[in-house]
Amino acid sequence: MDEQKPDSGVEKLQAKKLPIFWGLHAEPPKGLRWLLIIIPFVLLVALYLFASDYRHKRNPSDKLLPTVSKMADAVKRAAFEKNKRTGERQLWSDTWASMKRIGIGLGFSAICGLFLGLYLGLLPGIRNLLLPFITFVSIIPPLAILPILFIVFGVDELAKVVLIFFGTFPIITRDIYLSVKKIPREQIIKALTLGASQHAVVFRVITPQIIPKLIDTVRVNMGPAWLFLIASEAIAATSGLGYRIFLVRRYLAMDTIIPYVLWIVLIGLTIDNVLKMIIRYKFSWYLANKD
Amino acid sequence: MNGLENTSLLYLEDVYKIYGGHTVLDDIDLAVASGEIITLVGPSGCGKSTLLRLVLGQEFPTSGTLLIDGEFPGFPNSTRGIVYQKYSLFPHLTVLKNVTAGPELNLGFFERRQKKAELIEEAEHYLEKVRLAEHMYKYPHQLSGGMRQRVAIAQSLIMKPKILLMDEPFGALDPGTREDMQMFLLELWEEIGMTIFFVTHDLEEAVFIGSRILVLSQHYTDDRGNEDGVKRGAKIVYDHSLEKMASATSVKDKPEFSELIRHIRQQGFEPEYQQHVKDFDLKHHHSFRTINQPEYDPE
Ligand SMILES: Nc1ncnc2c1ncn2[C@@H]1O[C@H](COP(=O)(O)OP(=O)(O)OP(=O)(O)O)[C@@H](O)[C@H]1O
Ligand SMILES: [Mg+2]
Repeated sequence: MDEQKPDSGVEKLQAKKLPIFWGLHAEPPKGLRWLLIIIPFVLLVALYLFASDYRHKRNPSDKLLPTVSKMADAVKRAAFEKNKRTGERQLWSDTWASMKRIGIGLGFSAICGLFLGLYLGLLPGIRNLLLPFITFVSIIPPLAILPILFIVFGVDELAKVVLIFFGTFPIITRDIYLSVKKIPREQIIKALTLGASQHAVVFRVITPQIIPKLIDTVRVNMGPAWLFLIASEAIAATSGLGYRIFLVRRYLAMDTIIPYVLWIVLIGLTIDNVLKMIIRYKFSWYLANKD
Repeated sequence: MNGLENTSLLYLEDVYKIYGGHTVLDDIDLAVASGEIITLVGPSGCGKSTLLRLVLGQEFPTSGTLLIDGEFPGFPNSTRGIVYQKYSLFPHLTVLKNVTAGPELNLGFFERRQKKAELIEEAEHYLEKVRLAEHMYKYPHQLSGGMRQRVAIAQSLIMKPKILLMDEPFGALDPGTREDMQMFLLELWEEIGMTIFFVTHDLEEAVFIGSRILVLSQHYTDDRGNEDGVKRGAKIVYDHSLEKMASATSVKDKPEFSELIRHIRQQGFEPEYQQHVKDFDLKHHHSFRTINQPEYDPE
């Protein structure tokens, strides 16, 4: 009967269920979506536990894939017991040292990047003066000048902060510059016709439109910032998450390294989400206008 | 000189705009009295927006004089308001903030806070005029196209510019909304009496809105000959005052209305219809031409 209707083809198509996982048209239902997210994590953990167990059966003192309880012990020692030599709780002093370096380095590069990006985007004179120079600087691989930084700024905090700054500042500047350039010329002319001074155009019309973009580019630059932080701590430091990982590597202390890496991931995720939240709640217009 | 340069709100004489050998505006003469709605039409790419940018101060004439209230106007400032087809509004500000933006940008940090209540009251007054009072806390992306343009108009008007420039402000709207906006603009004009310079490529819109219509066109001839070196730009080929008949959209259905449109289309939009410079249909009482030698050579 159904086949007799002229639109039965369409009905058939509608009746056909959409695939839930595979293909262009897949529409995973809500429960499945969560399940899908968890699967890779569960697999990784299961694989680890299995491999660790296997190795420990053959050699109870295996160091390469420590058991969960061994890692928990290491975490307890690092996080809650005072180090006998320094009198500090290692995990927290390491975290504080690293965060300070990233905060100062990335903070400075965000501020400089914002101002420079604004000027490059809005002032043709400054653009002429500095854009080629910034492009030149941005192509220097930051790690290649790390020795120079250590020589010039010493092996203390300054060199590490400067490395993070150097590694992120050209990218932030270029990002801000490009999004300032993308603001339609009409907006600037409009502001002038409303009686804005040049100063007001830069700081009261364009800057507020750029702030969420700055937060976005800082988010993206967290990755490189960690890279430069850990690289510089690995080479010369007396504290820091990267320093610790490279220090205990000598004793094959995987029971410390693995929790430290997970800790770094957790910090990174938290910062990323906080920044995302700020954009979502403070700059809803930004998300709506982003294509 | 003819006295008009002192009495006109906007005065252009012998204005040329040449982009690297490509003449766009070719000897424009124009005097505009205050309180008019000037509509400027012409074929696509003839230079309407270019002329508007010159009045705005975003660009300057290659040669010639352009005066506003008898003075060289310089870079864009609050003497001229502008409403674009898009991007007129600041995306990061609410409707209310978009309208108070003008007065606020002219105040320092502390004055802004002191006068806050006053500014909001003034903005509300303009938002009521454009019938958007109930949407003041929305962001531009939450408004329809027509609403956005009304905010843009309020945003400009609050600065009380000597002249409000509009470059195809309704060009992106659907026909129904567009007609509503035309009516709306006319009502607002009758109420406030501001001077408007309205660029459009829609002839019907130009005739409906304008109290004076200008046609800019490159389809004409003159005595410069047709050798290779001669590159003509657009001139004002038609300039009439329009009776502002009862401003209801029903006038668009009248035979006179369509007859006038047919006539203007022929004068400005048909490439085959080439009038000589000396015969341009410039009937408006402020219309004037300073004919230059090579263009019109009676010998
Ligand atoms: N900055 C510029 N440099 C070079 N040529 C330009 C520039 N601005 C405009 N032109 C040229 O001037 C001519 C007129 O441009 P304009 O935008 O004023 O036309 P229009 O009448 O507004 O057209 P439309 O109806 O499409 O908006 C075009 O041929 C354009 O290519
Ligand atoms: Mg145009």
